[in-house]
Amino acid sequence: MASDAPLLLEVRSLGKQFPGVRALHEVDLSLAQGEVHAVIGENGAGKSTLMKILAGVQSADTGEILLDGQQVNIQSVRDAQNLGIALIHQELNLAGNLDLAANIFLGREPQRAGFIDRPALEAAAGEHLQRVGLNLPPHTIAGDLPIGRQQLVEIAKALSCNARILIMDEPTSSLSQKETDTLFSVVRDLRSEGISIIYISHRLGEVKELADRVTVLRDGENAGNLAHKEIGHDAMVKLMVGRDLDKFYERSSHAPGKPVLALDRLRTHAHPSSEISFTVRGGEIVGLAGLVGAGRTELLQTLFGVTPAIGGEMRIADQPFAPQSPLEAIRAGLALAPEDRKQQGLILQMAVRANASLASLRRDQRRGFIDRVAEETVAQDAVDQMAVKTPSLDQVTQYLSGGNQQKIVLGKWLALNPRLLLLDEPTRGIDVGAKREIYRLMELLAGEGVAILFVSSEMEEVLGMSDRALVMHEGRMSGELARDQLTEEAVMQLATGLSLAA
Amino acid sequence: MKKNILGILGLLIAIFVVTALLNPKFISAYNMQNLIKWSSLYAIMGVGVAFVIITGGIDLSIGSVIGLVASLLAFTLNVHHWNPAVALIAILLLSALIGLAHGLLITKVKLQPFVVTLCGLLIYRGIARWVTDNQSMGFPGQDRLDYIFSGQVSVTSTFALPMPLIYLTVIAILAAIFLNRTIWGRYLLALGNNEEGARYSGIQTDNLKIAAYVICSVLAGITGLLFAFELDSVQPAQTGEFYELYAIAAAVLGGCSLRGGEGTILGVIIAAAVIRLIYNSINMLGISTHLEYAILGIVILLGVAVDELVKRYVARRRTARQQAGQ
Repeated sequence: MASDAPLLLEVRSLGKQFPGVRALHEVDLSLAQGEVHAVIGENGAGKSTLMKILAGVQSADTGEILLDGQQVNIQSVRDAQNLGIALIHQELNLAGNLDLAANIFLGREPQRAGFIDRPALEAAAGEHLQRVGLNLPPHTIAGDLPIGRQQLVEIAKALSCNARILIMDEPTSSLSQKETDTLFSVVRDLRSEGISIIYISHRLGEVKELADRVTVLRDGENAGNLAHKEIGHDAMVKLMVGRDLDKFYERSSHAPGKPVLALDRLRTHAHPSSEISFTVRGGEIVGLAGLVGAGRTELLQTLFGVTPAIGGEMRIADQPFAPQSPLEAIRAGLALAPEDRKQQGLILQMAVRANASLASLRRDQRRGFIDRVAEETVAQDAVDQMAVKTPSLDQVTQYLSGGNQQKIVLGKWLALNPRLLLLDEPTRGIDVGAKREIYRLMELLAGEGVAILFVSSEMEEVLGMSDRALVMHEGRMSGELARDQLTEEAVMQLATGLSLAA
Repeated sequence: MKKNILGILGLLIAIFVVTALLNPKFISAYNMQNLIKWSSLYAIMGVGVAFVIITGGIDLSIGSVIGLVASLLAFTLNVHHWNPAVALIAILLLSALIGLAHGLLITKVKLQPFVVTLCGLLIYRGIARWVTDNQSMGFPGQDRLDYIFSGQVSVTSTFALPMPLIYLTVIAILAAIFLNRTIWGRYLLALGNNEEGARYSGIQTDNLKIAAYVICSVLAGITGLLFAFELDSVQPAQTGEFYELYAIAAAVLGGCSLRGGEGTILGVIIAAAVIRLIYNSINMLGISTHLEYAILGIVILLGVAVDELVKRYVARRRTARQQAGQ
């Protein structure tokens, strides 16, 4: 059993504070040699911060890190590399225009008389590529490889720095099923070579398959650990959300009303060859699942008029609908809480008041003049309804936590009484309290007959909140799951492009 | 934003008091009238470009628009004997069309504001010289227009308010109301801070940006009319040359960020006055006029640097306070 091996890395009461947010508080973590240790938790639980500290991207405020029983001081990525710790980022960092050998030894090229020693470079790169099962010539251009293989190159690059600890942050979030299988077998090989792996994921199925031990984080604190034989879906979920699941995602079923949104062979700019058709009814909460890059965000943007459709038909409440701008979509009763809330959802430099009222100023205007009373009412209602924690309406939104920012985005739209609410990753990067507030709001609005279509990469959220889930794969609809068919396995199968087992 | 204005207002008062103490002639009615007149002219341009800068853009063509407007006015009145009212309307319409062209090229063709208006700077100057055959012209026999654009309104027997101040007052009030009280003013500030976010909130960002360039060019056109009669003679190759830089300097010194989303009308007006005041003080204090540009550059640089440092200090204190509050 790997967990009997000596401890390689120990983290003791690590703390990290960001303005307005306590990211980590007295977090402990121990990693044995040759162990695959999964760190799980919901978005915003502190996983990424913890890993960034270990990899030297950020530094901790308090606590200590021990390697081989010796306290170490990791102040930079270079420090971490020298200690044998490498982080494989969620977003890959290869230089797409360079070849594999150049990428692997970027900044550490073997030299001869001041020039790059190309033969030595290629030979060494070839060896490391072999270790991760890539039989490719080292002069292949990195950008030409599919994403799954690029990830393996990243791992080869880490191994070339003599990494003993590999930190993998959501490595499968954009991989196909086959690529995932390849990655897993490489991870197992590395484990048998004695390399330790910290594996971050919110795909619980993968964690169960791969991990020797699990550490669960919740709101920046340790929520619990699971030894190999304790790892199970329910046990993990319970630690992640801190209560039984059905109490977290409180849903009651509403009789679905008339169709609010109907798509007929819609084609979007991002995936011009796929035709998408589905219907969302009033009072329905429909989840839109799929891998990163499956075209879900692009679909919402087309519905909202950001990037107009290039074919097919849309109807809102049985009226033809072809928005050419967000304004037209808003006028038809749509609202979108976008994925990139800081860039698209809010004007960060402006106050809570101005943000909450931005969408309703037009409706409340008095011949072009701002109606200050109506503005105040709208902003105050948004803050009250969503329980936004802000010192005042004049607070600049960039100084609020992610959860409160998202509440303001939602509050802004509530003032307009939308009939179709589009949510793109509504709870990404926000704390559990704000999350529950948002789920409560979704349930409330559905009860009032609002149709809700939400994109989520968080499996628990899709399973917990959806009356129905639509799954996308590479731009097309790969399937639809009714509430009683909704399981993690079914969603993953459809998301990776397989059809459902009968 | 109010602190912003206090800083620049302090600077204005400081230079004013020092100059007045060192040279009593400075506060003579004649000098004051001149100072007010030129400050007003600069401020009208500055207010115009402030709208563009708030959207995150820039307009380098202001000086050439002024030159073109002044040249065409003299040309149509003297050579073609147009009815003055028709000439004025045509010229203001032309200014608006220039702004519209800038706005369309920037929003629809997606060219960079710097490039579009730099080309404008060259084009309008060239047209002004070509149409007039580069001849200097005055405004003989246009006493009524001369009064409307560069007359004075007597206040006491020794002091009179120059006409440009009256224009500035009206323009400034309208601009401040537009920026602070109307939904479009709010939209303009929102899109200057974050164009994508503004669009996602249902703001028609392209239309607003176009409007900003139209406002800027029309105000440049009005300034052109005022300058033409103030100078009484138009040199197509020189009138208005480099004035865009004074306008931009006034906007920036007055608290507009070239990143967009920030700015107040009052700040820009005070900053325009500071720029003119520096010129005047250099003369009054007997400092070599060869140093004019250098001193102006240093003052603007210091003003902007202090403003930035104060902003950073405030932001850091806010963060510290928040952390302490946790």
